[in-house]
Amino acid sequence: MSPVPCRVLSVEQELQDTYTLEIEPPRDDWSFLPGQYTMLYAFGIGEIPISISGDPDDSTKIVQTIRAVGAVSDALVALQPGDSIGVRGPFGTAWGTKAAEGRDVLIVAGGVGLAPLRPVVYDVLNHRARYENVTLMYGARSPADLLFASQISEWRGRFDLEVLVTVDHGDDAWRGPVGVVTSLIGRSSFDGDTAMAFVCGPEVMMRFTIQALERGGLTDDRLYVSMERNMKCGVGLCGHCQLGRFFLCKDGPVMTCAQMAGSCWIREV
Amino acid sequence: MSEVFDVLIDQPFFEGMTEEQVQAVAETARLVTFEEGAVMFVEGGPARRTYLILDGDVALSLRTQEHGAKTIQTLHRGDFVGWSWMYPPYRWSFDANVRSEVTALQFDGPLLKKASLADPELGYELLRRFTEVIVTRMQALRIQLLDVYSTFR
Amino acid sequence: MKESLVIDREGVDALISALADRGYEVVGPTVRGQTILYDTITSTDDLPVGLRDRQEAGTYRLEERGDDALFGYVVGPQSFRKFTTPPGTVFWKGLRTDGGFETVAPEEPPRYAFFGARPCEVAALKVQDNVYGAVGDPVYARRRNQSFVVAVNCTEPAPTCFCDSMGTGPGVSDGYDLALTEVIDGDTHYILAEAGSDEGEAVLASLTARSPADEELVAAHRMVVRSAEHMGRFLDTDGLKEVLQDNLENPYWDEIAKRCLSCTNCTLVCPTCFCSSVEDHLSLDGSEAERVRTWDSCFTLDFSYVNGGPVRPSPGPRYRQWLTHKLASWQDQFGEIGCVGCGRCITWCPVGIDITKEAAQIRERDVRRVVVGTPSVKEAAE
Repeated sequence: MSPVPCRVLSVEQELQDTYTLEIEPPRDDWSFLPGQYTMLYAFGIGEIPISISGDPDDSTKIVQTIRAVGAVSDALVALQPGDSIGVRGPFGTAWGTKAAEGRDVLIVAGGVGLAPLRPVVYDVLNHRARYENVTLMYGARSPADLLFASQISEWRGRFDLEVLVTVDHGDDAWRGPVGVVTSLIGRSSFDGDTAMAFVCGPEVMMRFTIQALERGGLTDDRLYVSMERNMKCGVGLCGHCQLGRFFLCKDGPVMTCAQMAGSCWIREV
Repeated sequence: MSEVFDVLIDQPFFEGMTEEQVQAVAETARLVTFEEGAVMFVEGGPARRTYLILDGDVALSLRTQEHGAKTIQTLHRGDFVGWSWMYPPYRWSFDANVRSEVTALQFDGPLLKKASLADPELGYELLRRFTEVIVTRMQALRIQLLDVYSTFR
Repeated sequence: MKESLVIDREGVDALISALADRGYEVVGPTVRGQTILYDTITSTDDLPVGLRDRQEAGTYRLEERGDDALFGYVVGPQSFRKFTTPPGTVFWKGLRTDGGFETVAPEEPPRYAFFGARPCEVAALKVQDNVYGAVGDPVYARRRNQSFVVAVNCTEPAPTCFCDSMGTGPGVSDGYDLALTEVIDGDTHYILAEAGSDEGEAVLASLTARSPADEELVAAHRMVVRSAEHMGRFLDTDGLKEVLQDNLENPYWDEIAKRCLSCTNCTLVCPTCFCSSVEDHLSLDGSEAERVRTWDSCFTLDFSYVNGGPVRPSPGPRYRQWLTHKLASWQDQFGEIGCVGCGRCITWCPVGIDITKEAAQIRERDVRRVVVGTPSVKEAAE
């Protein structure tokens, strides 16, 4: 329950308000599963949940991509290499990369939602032979808001990964697709009867993406989403993160649509 | 003619229509290509046709005072381009430019309408499919409008 | 079952002293500003002697009973969670160091004797044991594990009580160190004391007490049984979880919303509510940080705030969250129902919203029945 002070190794700016921190793990046997998060503590300011956005096979550092939207996140992104940051975790459930073995994999990200999904991309690419066709579909607000843009270019260069990127608003230089991320689904071929999808982004984007994927043949148990609610403790104590009967901090944030079973999408639940 | 028919009968859009109906549509259509950078149509121009993209990318844009031409949507294989041929004043409401070389089926608007009037069942089948596409696109545009990725401070 | 002994008012004084001598801070019911609250007590003089509480939906009044009963009331707006998870607890403290910061060991809390815990209170402690036990929370554990429970069986339930429906009262069956039953009837006034643990037995043995006569045992037992038969309210728990979880979109929630003020009273007085928030404090020179636990409530707009707005901006869904969590989701989460039937939320709601009535209303207006087309029970009976 106590935050462990860990050393900040590096701070990289990704977008105007988004930074990636690399942090020295709090213990030798540190590891995490794709989809998990930590509670990051800025001394005296506060603690927030941040998804781990790094490679699960690399236990030498904890990679966390943070969007500066409040007092705590502002303080965290202002840290310098060598500074101390409080870490608790990892907490939460994982994306079903094991269950996806032998199947087509669809990774659908919206905006900053690419950060919690990046570990899945790493995981799948690290063990590429275990999967069939793998597609990354990514939608962002505009070209200037594309997260991990240079890495996406690298991934595009691979022959074993299909990368489709779209923006809501183009700019003069943008020659790629313009439109919502759901429009990318029709452009990829996948086996709707067996494929598995991992979706992360704003809730409304996830709702419509799921509808589009269901039209493509995917069933509840093969659709994974990452739900978000107010989190203060990470361990099921403070009660804020409840979504129906689930404590998202420990029963989530990654859940299948089968678990959500309709009631979790009800207005203001 | 038969080449157009063969292409049409394979399109998911026409699935469920009878061969006679598809033949009637095929008679209003021909295969066309546009090279990269070509202008498909301009805002305000006469809207007499519609296109079904078989390959390539088309960008729809609007000319704005402050920002020049803004791309509002891109369309790809399997997408229809343009609805203004269906309703007066039959004028295009945006620009359509070809991003990468496009092969498409070009349908003659007035001919399609004539065929629909002659065979109301054909007209219904076409309209039902067109409206489904329009509704799906409208849903997607609504989400685009929401600007869901922006930060709240 | 351990042997019961009879003590009198002096015996109760001796009991309080014995607990204090054993190093406990004895907290129990006492009058503060026209209500009965829980605070430190040193003798029976601190108890609300000869007082009764008149409770109904949205109403609480104290009045003279006309006798010297020590326990002639039920529960007030506080519960013992005031002591097990006190709001304002510093649960983490850190000092800045060259390398970062280090954790400072927390102060040891006092050992409490919860004196005068009604059966619903004892049940609430068990419910909270499950909640905090699942997490392994040290704040709760430190205060609860060393506590001594002196339970008091209820012989005069308030009209707002419904412990009988919840299987939590009006008599305790376990979870206590000592259980007292007060019998007062004209000149007769005695207190039956029963040990529920080894330590309880040891404490009891240190008091001057005598064995009860058979009639005394019977009278005490009968009073508790009779109070079960005179409960003012009833909550039908049969299939309640499914009814509530299948009625999340019932328009009735918005009906309740028209009355609910989102004042959070119900969550503050509830003995099992556990939602908490964290305040971060930093000393002026930046060298010392504290993390403080405060009580929170699902009725506030802030509670569900995420990414630019609350998830539950409307009052109907917020009331729904509280009720369905307490009566339904709690069962999925902890294997038991979260409500102990103490009735506090009914008494302390300023507009008198009654949890038993609202649960019954949802059941009555079950949307599943409407959809399937079968008549409601009422229609079928007519």
